Amino acid sequence: MIILLAIAIGSLFAGATYLMLRRSVVKLILGLILLSHGVNLLIFTMGDGVRRGASPLVDAAGQPPPGSADPLVQALILTAIVISFGFTAFVMALAYRSNQAVGSDDLDDLSTTDRL
Amino acid sequence: MVFHLFIPIITPLIGAALAVLFNRQRIVARAITLISVLINLGYGLWLMSVAPASGPLVAQASGWLAPFGISLVADGMSALMVMLAALLMLTTILYSFASVDEQREQHFYYPLLLLLLLGVSGAFLTGDLFNLYVWFEVLLVASFGLITLGGSRDQLEGGLKYLVLNLLGSTAFLFGCGLMYGFAGTLNMAHIAERMATLANPGLQTVLAGIFLFAFGSKAAIVPLFFWLPTSYHTPPVAVTAIFSGLMTKVGVYALYRTFGLMFQNELATYGPWLTLLAGLTMVIGVLGAVAQMNVRRILSFHIISQIGYSVMGLGLASAAGLAAGLVFTAHVMIVKMALFFIGGAAEQIYGTGDLKKMGGLARREPLLALFWFLGILSLAGIPPLSGFIGKLILLQVGVSQQAYLITAVAAGTSILTFFSMLKIWNEVFWKKSYDDVNRLPRVSFGLLAPGAALVILSVALGLLAGPLVDYNTIAGQQAFDRNVYITAVCGADGCEAVYRAALK
Repeated sequence: MIILLAIAIGSLFAGATYLMLRRSVVKLILGLILLSHGVNLLIFTMGDGVRRGASPLVDAAGQPPPGSADPLVQALILTAIVISFGFTAFVMALAYRSNQAVGSDDLDDLSTTDRL
Repeated sequence: MVFHLFIPIITPLIGAALAVLFNRQRIVARAITLISVLINLGYGLWLMSVAPASGPLVAQASGWLAPFGISLVADGMSALMVMLAALLMLTTILYSFASVDEQREQHFYYPLLLLLLLGVSGAFLTGDLFNLYVWFEVLLVASFGLITLGGSRDQLEGGLKYLVLNLLGSTAFLFGCGLMYGFAGTLNMAHIAERMATLANPGLQTVLAGIFLFAFGSKAAIVPLFFWLPTSYHTPPVAVTAIFSGLMTKVGVYALYRTFGLMFQNELATYGPWLTLLAGLTMVIGVLGAVAQMNVRRILSFHIISQIGYSVMGLGLASAAGLAAGLVFTAHVMIVKMALFFIGGAAEQIYGTGDLKKMGGLARREPLLALFWFLGILSLAGIPPLSGFIGKLILLQVGVSQQAYLITAVAAGTSILTFFSMLKIWNEVFWKKSYDDVNRLPRVSFGLLAPGAALVILSVALGLLAGPLVDYNTIAGQQAFDRNVYITAVCGADGCEAVYRAALK
């Protein structure tokens, strides 16, 4: 399972990097979305009970109940998903407005603020 | 347990909500904003008078036991930063009253400022790594709103780049949080600090420290992660640029101080030389970038980067004295940089442009503005008796005493370049003859002049009465560098691990 997840995370990061290095604004945003998914999956693998020992839910004997997962990573991912969802909505609206203002999807055309 | 630590977080939150409700009544919205910030400022001052003497104050959210719940911790460094954030926000709001147009005010300009203050205060006070991430996002989303509010082409272009590069930094931070949880099994900073000292696998600790250096370095705009800053900072209204210069990059610096001073203290021996190298490069590249520019706010933006180098140098020296010196400098530069943005922005407002070639002759027309500008650039360059001299002197003294001669020389040399580059604005805007008739220009209003002037006067005062500031920051630096004090304050005398074990049984 860990191997599969590791491959999935690696692919998401690779795809995100590739997309973010393209010149199109839309692909840049898609890259950001993929990147946040990759990080969410990575956090997910961090709570598997193998890496860090017991989950904080324990029975009377101090042992985690069998088959229990670490709830904290899921809470972290949920928070991260909500935040990245909000930012994605914002960046899409912003990209739409800047596309209206500039009339181009090419990042090389977004350079008026860099000129001397 | 001191639940009043929530005041600087709750006040701007309620203030923002009320300011949205009373958005149509301009006077009421302004009054609410002003009152919220004044409460934060008063509380910050009180916290500064308490925190160094009594040790870190701690509050546990919802009364959860320390390593399990979210802790709020206010030590000397946090208290100073909370106070400065409120003070700078106060001047920004006063400046906004005089400079921001009605359109922006109607579109929730003041609530966004308060939300920015909320995020910044939360980031300074939290003692939980993931909670720090959440506060970073809170302040980022408020800053996204502020930088694009108005929607001109420049703002949209600059805002898009600002947004994407900052999101990338945040994602790296989240990545680090995830790995940290997998590695240490906790997110409470005190608990992490404790486990870092005992956990084997030093290689992984080095990698984690590197990830956090990348994440916070991109927020603090150190070389080579600063590109979002000069491309976007000159596009929004002057008041927004000013508050960004005062707070945004400094939150990154604070986070670097906190993570490396507390959690990765063992790694500072490894990273110290690299941090000083990055600091030197940041100083030099920032100031050289400024030399090439011909726009008031773009020159000042590059100087933000250059000054961040000094703050990082304090961390790179890897000692309590280094952190203390870095804190003195950071406090000074937050104040003076904002003053320069206010005054330069006032000049920009008079001419209707920030292009140096189209400005000139302002010294004769507005002698007061010119006087405060000149005092400000003297302070930034580090001429005695202004606060910049104290800040740089202490930093250089620590550098020499730790035999870090190269970075000390670079820091001293950069001061000269800073002064040269600031003199360019002085010559072009204030000193040279104007091609147009200066008498036809609008006069600067009191509201545009006063905030910058007040901050310059504060800088003079801090230079003349540097004793209390230095004493305070010496204690704050020691607190920030002493893991045991922090752990004891958060989890009790036995440490977090003991509480954790006891709770599991």
